[in-house]
Amino acid sequence: LVAGSVRTMLFYSFFKTLVGKEIVVELKNDLAIRGTLHSVDQYLNVKLLDISVVEPDKFPHMQSIKHCFIRGSVIRYAQLPKAEVDVELLQDAARREAQQQKAAK
Amino acid sequence: STSSRTIHVVTCDGRNIIGNLKGFDQKTNIILDECHERVFSPDAPVEQVPLGLYIVRGDNIAIIGEVDEEVDAELDLSAIMAEPLAAVVH
Repeated sequence: LVAGSVRTMLFYSFFKTLVGKEIVVELKNDLAIRGTLHSVDQYLNVKLLDISVVEPDKFPHMQSIKHCFIRGSVIRYAQLPKAEVDVELLQDAARREAQQQKAAK
Repeated sequence: STSSRTIHVVTCDGRNIIGNLKGFDQKTNIILDECHERVFSPDAPVEQVPLGLYIVRGDNIAIIGEVDEEVDAELDLSAIMAEPLAAVVH
């Protein structure tokens, strides 16, 4: 099993549509970072610009950081602007992806 | 800033390491020169521990931040007290 599967590019393509939008990434160490999505890669690593930590009093550790790279494997959640996401389109694409994967087995 | 950037690495075990990025690869393994660890504590000011030349393995990295040198110079580390970052739990 290869980490960062490249077989399905669905969420990679989805994140690409959100480049330039402001998102909040919650990491598996409970740190949450808000920033503008600059780029994403096949491993769902993200680069955020002009970041601000969601709880700055609790997390003063990154005060001198403006832009950062976040490893995909440490992301728990990505909070997205509702207006930028076509949920039905995403749902359809995911359903088709699941059917294709089922058929391929 | 063209030769090597100052970066701030947050590791999966919750450490903060700052140093000059000398190289990296596809797996985000990185080489950090002249690096130091910033140790945060709720009861004491930030401690900076010099480390030297490090290779940090990519699978142990959570965040790589680009340090804004101007902002970093203005930081009063002796005034910052906070719990250390938690470790990443998969």
